[in-house]
Amino acid sequence: MMKYLDEYRDERIARALVREIGRRITRPWVLMEVCGGQTHTLMRYGIDDLMPRGLELVHGPGCPVCVTALETIDKAIAIASRPGTILVSYGDMLRVPGSRSDLFRTKASGGDVRIVYSPLEALKIARAKPGERVVFFGVGFETTAPANAMAVWQAKREGIENFSMLASHVLVPPAMRLLLGSRSNRVQGLIAPGHVCTVTGYEEYEKLSADFHIPIVVGGFEPVDLLEAIAMLVAQLEDGRAEVENQYCRSVRYEGNERARRIVGEVFEVCDQKWRGIGMIAQSGLRLREEFRAYDAHCIFKLDAMTADESPECISALILQGLRKPTDCTAFAARCTPENPLGAPMVSAEGACAAYYHYRRHTARAGSTHD
Amino acid sequence: MCLAVPGQILDATERDHVRYGRVNFGGVVREVCLDFVPEALVGDYVVVHVGFAISRVDAAEASRTYELLKEMGLLEGEFASEPSESEASPLETEAGRSENDGDEIPRRISR
Amino acid sequence: MTEYAKTAEGFSCPAPLPSTDRVLLGHGSGGKLSAELIREIFLPAFSNPVLERLDDQAIVDVGGSRLAFTTDSFVVKPLFFPGGDIGSLAVHGTINDLAMGGARPLVMSAAFIIEEGLPMQTLRQVVNSLRRAADRAGVSIVTGDTKVVEKGSADGLFINTSGIGRVRQGVALSADRAEPGDTILLSGSLGDHGIAILAHREGIEFETTIESDSAPLDSMVEALLDTGAAFHCFRDPTRGGLSSTLNEIAAQSGVQIELDDRTIPVREQVRAACEMLGLDPLYVANEGKMVAFVEASGAERALRAMRDHPLGHEAHIIGTVTRRDGPLVTLRTAFGTTRVVDMLAGDQLPRIC
Repeated sequence: MMKYLDEYRDERIARALVREIGRRITRPWVLMEVCGGQTHTLMRYGIDDLMPRGLELVHGPGCPVCVTALETIDKAIAIASRPGTILVSYGDMLRVPGSRSDLFRTKASGGDVRIVYSPLEALKIARAKPGERVVFFGVGFETTAPANAMAVWQAKREGIENFSMLASHVLVPPAMRLLLGSRSNRVQGLIAPGHVCTVTGYEEYEKLSADFHIPIVVGGFEPVDLLEAIAMLVAQLEDGRAEVENQYCRSVRYEGNERARRIVGEVFEVCDQKWRGIGMIAQSGLRLREEFRAYDAHCIFKLDAMTADESPECISALILQGLRKPTDCTAFAARCTPENPLGAPMVSAEGACAAYYHYRRHTARAGSTHD
Repeated sequence: MCLAVPGQILDATERDHVRYGRVNFGGVVREVCLDFVPEALVGDYVVVHVGFAISRVDAAEASRTYELLKEMGLLEGEFASEPSESEASPLETEAGRSENDGDEIPRRISR
Repeated sequence: MTEYAKTAEGFSCPAPLPSTDRVLLGHGSGGKLSAELIREIFLPAFSNPVLERLDDQAIVDVGGSRLAFTTDSFVVKPLFFPGGDIGSLAVHGTINDLAMGGARPLVMSAAFIIEEGLPMQTLRQVVNSLRRAADRAGVSIVTGDTKVVEKGSADGLFINTSGIGRVRQGVALSADRAEPGDTILLSGSLGDHGIAILAHREGIEFETTIESDSAPLDSMVEALLDTGAAFHCFRDPTRGGLSSTLNEIAAQSGVQIELDDRTIPVREQVRAACEMLGLDPLYVANEGKMVAFVEASGAERALRAMRDHPLGHEAHIIGTVTRRDGPLVTLRTAFGTTRVVDMLAGDQLPRIC
């Protein structure tokens, strides 16, 4: 029994919540969950199938793997291909296509690419291989930033000079602001990412809620968590309220985790960031501070920018904003599959396209799902 | 993003002024950095992401809210004759109305 | 000057990558890439009706006797792990390939490719383990070979085997024989081997050590055949896990399979390890489990026979073949909803997302 996990998969509670949602709803609503992990759960348990007609769930850009800039992936590939250099990465990044290749193929061609579960393991490799340059591909949202920061901070403190980080961090609220402010936004209620908020707290989401008059519920990742969050959003919408509520209170506090945020602040600073499939979003990323430049792979490795040819068929951007479903894409499951992805959301295990492909392909309906 | 899993702290040590601990995730034990959760003690549950604890599980809060959910679930078992795959049309306000209104629905949802 | 996204309407996407010009690790993982390699390189080169059935063993008629013939290579790293080593794995794996064809294993070969510098003691341990496993299973190693390669060319040791067995009279088991209405049985818990290896490699500690389930299944197969039930296919889900095996069978037979999530056994600790790493037990390797496709009328008998066998105490009926129109493998969740169980592209990667 995994405590604080299994109880939130209880099917009777799930059914009760589904019934409650059905009881309260009187009008159609469009809800968005931001986080890839939440999308994964919804698809895995077929929760969209359990929703009453009229309640639509769309998926946001909550997959840092999907939104890592193409140029950064290309940089990682170039670094991995260099002799005497080890590129260390989380597993998620290995199959994401760059302009011409991906890390998996790079490994096949002789590049030293290694998978780790924690940035501390990357440090271990650096200590063990003093003669080689070890570059850690630090991708993630605010949830992962503290861990990645800690690795760089420790590297500096111990003087592990062969260690550096290729950072690609994105921040959720600025992207949400862009999405919700967009002319074509249809989202009426938002499930905020529970593990991001565990670190950041949810004060920023209060601003979002007020500015756009939209209810927001900070949600967990198990089916009961998501169903409860959906029920709470529906209740708010039906009542005409637009507040921030915390469903995932076993992990999330209003103020978040201050120690975690502190180390992020010491090591990183906010910067403008390019989101793959969306474009540049102001103040939506993190880069290493001046004091840590010696550990910044973006500075250490001078690489020529590569340009990418755009495939007009891939509609990643629209999917990442919840304006289209993967099943609306003409290439979905035909020219675009996990083995031959046209875009990042099909590659990443958390990408909406991959989730749909793996779990829901058999119920795919052709054609547009709205308007 | 964010695969984070809850586990129980078995023991804690300090290395180079950084706190680590062995955490038990349903029978799997791994070393975790506890530096972000100084308030978490041996025996507490923490939520762990990429080898770092990012929060201490608020057992009291979890228990309180889960009790409400459990009630819902038990009642669902008693009153439901079949699994609810609610197809209530949004325009039918009485659709799917269950016998237990009001009190049994967790306060967070019902207001 | 950088363009700032005012609204998020512009979209960009990488160009599709040309199909791979190099062999990737994923080509060996038993999933879609492996299938592609077989389809595009090996089948066209060697085409013949026996090979095209793509079973784990080849059934050939030799002077009136039906013999099963199989070959396998063992490249596991680390060489020694809880519950076995490359030697015992080699024996069990070969026996199982034969047994899945309904054959009684008779003889085996073992060819060693050894990396220069491997400690003699290590080689001795592996060989002894191999011999013990073969003795226990009543199979002789009748021929072999040894090659030594330069340091760096092999992970210490690779073993290639081949095996011959005699197919029981009247038995015709093949991946293309699954029929709508068939019941699907699984002999025990999923993921033990894969997690045991991974844990050992990554230094993941368990409260009670997870052991590989590596074991010979030939006596279980005998017990099943003895029931007289009408079996259509046996398979042991190794690399790529249960999902790959069922998807392969669904493809060869052109059928749809529906599984019930509530009936699939997974050990608590294996499940916990999978949760932590973001892995799905359906895709994790096994080395001592089998699935059996049986006509529904014989399902209860078959289940009893499995459960009576020492290796089958956790056996369950996990699903059915629902109709033609395949291939498709779906899973009914505990919530009553249905999702697809897709074939993996390459290796399953642990995730943080």
